[in-house]
Amino acid sequence: MSLLRRPSALPLWRDEITIDAADEGYVTRRQFTKFLVLTSFGMFVGQLWILARSLFARAGAPPAPIIVGRAGDLPIGAARVFHFPSPNDPCLLIRTGAESYVAYSQKCTHLSCAVYFDAAKTRIECPCHEGAFSAADGRVLQGPPPRPLPRIRLQRRGDDLVATGVEEGGSAEVSRAEAPACPRARA
Amino acid sequence: MDRPPLTRPRALTAIDGALALVAVLLVVQMWLLTATLETYLAGHHEAAVPGAIVSALLFTACVGLYLFVLRVDADVRR
Repeated sequence: MSLLRRPSALPLWRDEITIDAADEGYVTRRQFTKFLVLTSFGMFVGQLWILARSLFARAGAPPAPIIVGRAGDLPIGAARVFHFPSPNDPCLLIRTGAESYVAYSQKCTHLSCAVYFDAAKTRIECPCHEGAFSAADGRVLQGPPPRPLPRIRLQRRGDDLVATGVEEGGSAEVSRAEAPACPRARA
Repeated sequence: MDRPPLTRPRALTAIDGALALVAVLLVVQMWLLTATLETYLAGHHEAAVPGAIVSALLFTACVGLYLFVLRVDADVRR
């Protein structure tokens, strides 16, 4: 059927609500434009959703700090899993030197596969699509991940290592501070 | 001053042009949503407000073009 159908003398509603079986699959320019505009509305709603998430994230309280382990327990070059800020957020604590610790989210920024620390290459790798991140700052070294790993802020409180916050794609070093005791993380 | 009567070929050209423009705006809006989401997930939350404003403008332009298509269509059928 030609797209350049001549306009009929029928009213608009009769033209759109056809009883002719051959015209059932016909899409007018007007209908197609309406479909595109509704899609545009969907895109706009998506933007509003991002805006709302962004505003709520700013308004939310910072996560409660938790103890993720004792400083001497982890051998140099080793890693262990802890959960922060919620039990559904696995993270990797890595001891990169005698007094150097870093922690990152364990979810790959590509498709959320669990990443692991490769001590031989001193980098964090994702087994799903061979993505790799720097153990020093979490930046992407290779593969499909589009962003650095979110970094967990760590503080040294006596012999305890305390997770105090999450930095999306940022960098932070272990800082020393004296503070009241925190609950211990689940390994 | 009276407008010249809208002939069917001219109306079709106008509607096709508006349709093409809506399609282009929609592609831009899709790119904007992707870029804003990517930026948000990277931790830069400040991109959400300008993204929403630009998306609202693009959506308004799409609605305006749709109303234009409806008006031209109604004119040519009259």
